[in-house]
Amino acid sequence: MTPAGREGARTRRQRYVSVARAVFWRHMYTVFHKPELLLPALVFPLFFYMAFAGGLSGVANAPGFDYYDYNAFQFVFVLLQSAAFGGVFIGFSIGADFDSGFTRRLFLAAGDRSAVFAGYGAAALVRALMVWAMVFAIALLTGLNVDAGALDLVGLFWLAILVNVAAFLFAAGMMLRFRTMQAAPAMQIPVFMILMTAPVYVPRDLIQGWVETASKFNPATAIVEAGRSLMAGDPFHVLLAFAAAAGFVSLFVVFARRGLRKAEANAV
Amino acid sequence: MSQSTTPNLNAANNGIEVADLIRVYKKGPRAVDGVSLTVAPGEIYGFLGPNGAGKSTTVHILTTLLPPTSGTARVAGFDVAREGRAVRDAIGVALQEAALDQYLTGREHMRLQGGLHGLSAQEIKRRGDTLLERVGLVDAADRRVGGYSGGMKRRLDLALALIHEPRLLFLDEPTTGLDIQSRTALWDEVGRLAREEGVTVFLTTQYLEEADALADRVGIIDQGKLVAEDTPDRLKAEIGRPTVEAMPSDGMKLGRLEAVLGRFGEQLPASGEFAAVRLTDGTEELTEVIRELDAEGIEVADLKLHAPTLADVFLAKTGRSLEGADSDQGEQPTGGQVLEPARA
Amino acid sequence: MATSATVSAALPSQARYLAWRSVLRTIRQPIMIVPALVFPLFLLAVNSSGLDAATQIPGFPTDSYLTFALAFPFLQGAIFATNTAGTNLADDIGSGFFNRLSLTPMGGSALLAGQLAGVMVVASIQMVAYLAVGLAAGASFEAGVGGIPVLFALSLATAAAFGALGLFVGLRSGSGEAVQGLFPLMFVLLFLSSAAMPRDLIAHDWFQTAATINPVSYLIEGIRSLFITGWDGEALALAFAIAVAIFVAALGAAGYAMRDRMVRT
Repeated sequence: MTPAGREGARTRRQRYVSVARAVFWRHMYTVFHKPELLLPALVFPLFFYMAFAGGLSGVANAPGFDYYDYNAFQFVFVLLQSAAFGGVFIGFSIGADFDSGFTRRLFLAAGDRSAVFAGYGAAALVRALMVWAMVFAIALLTGLNVDAGALDLVGLFWLAILVNVAAFLFAAGMMLRFRTMQAAPAMQIPVFMILMTAPVYVPRDLIQGWVETASKFNPATAIVEAGRSLMAGDPFHVLLAFAAAAGFVSLFVVFARRGLRKAEANAV
Repeated sequence: MSQSTTPNLNAANNGIEVADLIRVYKKGPRAVDGVSLTVAPGEIYGFLGPNGAGKSTTVHILTTLLPPTSGTARVAGFDVAREGRAVRDAIGVALQEAALDQYLTGREHMRLQGGLHGLSAQEIKRRGDTLLERVGLVDAADRRVGGYSGGMKRRLDLALALIHEPRLLFLDEPTTGLDIQSRTALWDEVGRLAREEGVTVFLTTQYLEEADALADRVGIIDQGKLVAEDTPDRLKAEIGRPTVEAMPSDGMKLGRLEAVLGRFGEQLPASGEFAAVRLTDGTEELTEVIRELDAEGIEVADLKLHAPTLADVFLAKTGRSLEGADSDQGEQPTGGQVLEPARA
Repeated sequence: MATSATVSAALPSQARYLAWRSVLRTIRQPIMIVPALVFPLFLLAVNSSGLDAATQIPGFPTDSYLTFALAFPFLQGAIFATNTAGTNLADDIGSGFFNRLSLTPMGGSALLAGQLAGVMVVASIQMVAYLAVGLAAGASFEAGVGGIPVLFALSLATAAAFGALGLFVGLRSGSGEAVQGLFPLMFVLLFLSSAAMPRDLIAHDWFQTAATINPVSYLIEGIRSLFITGWDGEALALAFAIAVAIFVAALGAAGYAMRDRMVRT
């Protein structure tokens, strides 16, 4: 590459980072000044943890249930669920920006428009990390048993990060196509269905009926089961889980990119 | 189109009397501050004022949607504070927002409104069909209101206000946001209601030409107070008489032009090529002016009539311009005359 | 001149017109009906399949989790009723349609009755769907044919109770968003109950206490008793009493809120 070419590439990179950073800070500014906006993202995982681990705690007495702790069993699912929905909820912000016309403004300002969505994605991830830290702390304080080592926990949280990124890319792709908040159910329902057809309440070998069949083919099953194995300090099929998560990410990168092209053709 | 010529049987009882009406909002300003007015039966009363003047609050009080803080108001002979039910039976109201249910059709709205007013199914059908035809919504009557244009919604709103044959009609800025065609159609219908059916109309507006065109009398409200009230012509005459400026084709005849104009009123200073006069007897004299100039053989290259407007009245009474007055003035020049704001 | 007597006489007629409007609006918005049908049935399918192993727990009252869980959609449907009733009324207030109605001789109680009518229509459709799907999927109904009217009555009473709650919130707030904000609270009430597990088999004491205090537990247990037990007088009596109590309290509150909202003289 010629010096001029290198300089041009450096300038483009700087501009990309600058745009992504501006979008990221705009979103985080809102969260810091209105922390109550973070409440639903915090409350829902805690609530589900309480409802599933608390209300269904008797399930641990079912014959064949051999996980070390039902609270930990549900915590992993709740963590991954909050990762997925954390990515999706940013889609609401994107939809609102489309409805208000602000996205058009962003598109006009940015050179590479994918930088705008990189900013949203970064905000989704940082928000998710904040929520997970709080949820994990509260779960520990209320008696969560953790059999995982440090490396296992790191693996579990990396899995959650990939799920968050995949969910965000899916939501971004949907919003880039529909370009309105009214498409929110179209974002949430597929994610909800994928999660609910994974082993939510009991291990896969205790599930009966159509959900058992669905969970066999559901890539999210590998992610949930690997996450639980990491939590138990007994990693199992972790590579498969990471491959599934990376597969989701790759698929939705393409989905989001194509959505961006559609939006550029119609929204600006 | 069917036209009713039945006179209003209770004409004596379809007026409005308001005395020292005050409405204060909690921790807020006096939205209505001692308004007193009377509307005669069968009259179209225009209530003119800028945004936030207190027009809608006054309408809300007179239509029993808000209690007054103090003062009295009688509508159709009933006290608005103590006889609210009777007032509502006697009045029809079209508020600032058309407020329709987007999932119901026009005809279904008629059915609901008529049913709530206690009309029988046959009466609802008869009145509904007549009113829908009158407002030009027959073809759209069975379509959901969600698909109506703004003008159609306003027309339906008017029809709904009339379903129970009220003696009085309250219209709160009925043509805001409408195109000129829809506006004119609505004016025609309101005028017809007053003329042919003796309905008393209390109309709030921020459009000067609407007040000018429709109202028998105009009340101007500003910051909650009634600052002027009279017929549009008398209000305008109060602050000034119209002036005429003319320029002769032959500059040598300027003196003779001045002499002719001088017969019709007080001469005014004018720019070198023009002669100007303030007409003693108003704009009706203009025809006579032109006739005299013609009789004297004075050809006129340019003739301008400057007539006071309600905007000038508002300015004179409040010291401020009525918002949108200038843009309204620009929209509709009338009858080929060039109308400009009167010079002081 | 209208008198109190003539207004009272007109109330049933007014309520009929407003009910007609409420039903029309509901039917013309499939988005109000479809999620209320599809979502609970999907959850039922997932839960009955995913939690079937729970029937192996000693003391579990039935060997079919589907039969056990079939009461859950009925309560979910009732919660949707809160949303529907409250949002419709809040929308009327926000759009000014409420003022239009206030300018007629309409009485406030007629409007409440009319709005609840729409709720009842959706609840009826839901009940038929849930029962039909549940029975087709193999759930048992121990109360038999005679239990169906009781099931409908209890479900309608529950829907009316939550619908009235929605009306109260809609009237007080005048905001559809505030009504939507009630949804998470309803969700919490639903999950902090014996919806997923019999109360005596809940392992955590605090959760068991919460489920015991929660009136929603008794509503679910009453409906569930028709599927699992047949005729459990105590469970049914408790469920009806709680549904009626919530309905009366919520409707009373809604009436007061209506008086405040409809400030016409």
